[in-house]
Amino acid sequence: MRKSFTYIILIVGAISFIYPFFWMIMASMSPEKELANLIFLPESLTLGNYAKMFDKIPIGRSLINSVFVASIVTLGVILFSAMVGYALAKMKFKGRDLIFYIIIFTMTLPFQITLIPNYITIVKLGWVDQYTALIIPFLINNFAILLFRQSFMSVPQALIDAGRIDGCGELRIIFQVLFPLIIPTIVTVGIITFMSTWNEVLWPLIVIREEQLMTMPQLVTLFSVGGRAENQLGVKLASAVLLALPIMIAFIFFQKYFIQSMASSGIKE
Amino acid sequence: MNNGFSIKPYLLIAPYLLFFLVFVLFPVGFSFFLTFHNWNIISPMEYSGLDNYARMFNDRLFWQSLRNTIWFLVIHIPLQIIVALGLAVLLNSNIKFKNFFRASFFLPVIISGVVVTIMWQQLYGFHSGVFNHVLSKIGVSKIGWLTSETMAMPSIAIMATWKNVGLYIILFLVGLQTVPASYYEAADIEGASAWQKFWFITLPAINPTLFMVIVFSTIGGFSLFIEPYVMTGGGPLNSTLSSVLYIYKQAFEFFHMGYAATLGFMFALIILTVIIIQKRFIETKDE
Repeated sequence: MRKSFTYIILIVGAISFIYPFFWMIMASMSPEKELANLIFLPESLTLGNYAKMFDKIPIGRSLINSVFVASIVTLGVILFSAMVGYALAKMKFKGRDLIFYIIIFTMTLPFQITLIPNYITIVKLGWVDQYTALIIPFLINNFAILLFRQSFMSVPQALIDAGRIDGCGELRIIFQVLFPLIIPTIVTVGIITFMSTWNEVLWPLIVIREEQLMTMPQLVTLFSVGGRAENQLGVKLASAVLLALPIMIAFIFFQKYFIQSMASSGIKE
Repeated sequence: MNNGFSIKPYLLIAPYLLFFLVFVLFPVGFSFFLTFHNWNIISPMEYSGLDNYARMFNDRLFWQSLRNTIWFLVIHIPLQIIVALGLAVLLNSNIKFKNFFRASFFLPVIISGVVVTIMWQQLYGFHSGVFNHVLSKIGVSKIGWLTSETMAMPSIAIMATWKNVGLYIILFLVGLQTVPASYYEAADIEGASAWQKFWFITLPAINPTLFMVIVFSTIGGFSLFIEPYVMTGGGPLNSTLSSVLYIYKQAFEFFHMGYAATLGFMFALIILTVIIIQKRFIETKDE
């Protein structure tokens, strides 16, 4: 009795989380006039909305932009944050504690305070409508530094000493000797960084105006609020489906890693 | 490790220092400086003393955006805790298809807020939205989910809960799993009620998670942007004007950089104050 009650609630829960996505995908493939009454399946399926959308906005180009920006940022965050995390965990130097406190301070700083001045910096650097505006300010990340610091602390010092005796520089020790030992951390940092970069909208809206350089969520947002979709819901929804699809597919295959990574972002707090 | 001075660690942290100086320390200082100026980026900056602050305290929209955010949080935080904790407790029992349920609850967490917003905008639609469609079928009159001044912010709060709750289900689940089953067995022998077990065994175990949910949700509420930007543009009658949307409008629609910086400064102070109060409150409860 109690058990079936548990299942009923969980199933209702699961449906309420999945149904909106199902509805959106169906709606994006249904003719405009059927949309108003669509609850489950449309009477006929069409890809007309997708064709119209490809016609109106450079969605393919925005996909490439997003993949490019998110990949470079992810790579940068892994490299630079690992370097800082390693220095904090395994090296003794003057000012180390200060750096640590700076990182904690920066993490608690609300972005509302830096948003306007950072935009002005980008303007003064001449980076408006350049990939650099989307990449450079995000190449290092406080939270990633803390994650790397923590996992480097648990790495045996003997490995580092052995590396030094073999004549390895610090960079080779980090990336060749130690990286294979902390793969879970690299995966976590990679997933969190890629996803948050991929999903970011406010910053691109501010620094990119040239349509060819827009990221995918930005383009879809502007398409949805602007007049170019001509109030055709199906076309708007088609663009939203296309934006959701890459992450959805990745989630289906790497579900476990996604959940672990995101959860660890809370647990390690 | 030798005792001599080495430049190596400084080289490793150099990129971070550069990042910190250019994108954290300088902006904080410059933001404070901007609050005493009027500037539209193009013409020269004008010193304006405390005008921006005076203007803010008399600005109806500043107070409205603050009230909207509080209204959002009052709905969002309890709803999020109840749904997350409830589903986590159910998932923590001995059931089948656990991975499927977990994954389906988690799906909205990883999807872009833009997608979620566009999708829910249609579900909330007055004439043809699914929710009103169902309501009218069961004979209830239609609700102006996004078109009524009283419903618009609660609608956004419900959507935000739906989007984020999966993460907190997982976090609560982790917290629940740290409680040894023997505690509950001992409590059963002592004849403790379900409520007593929850209050004395479960709650202390999930207290850190609870604190995190509250803090993250608070930050989330003060960061609301894309939801009102896409769904309502801040309307109807500014009832969904969020703090970030207001900063955005002042800066990038009206080009009041000094005033926008003042708003940003003030909202940051408010967020930090609220979080410190929450920390105090929950930590004393912990003892």
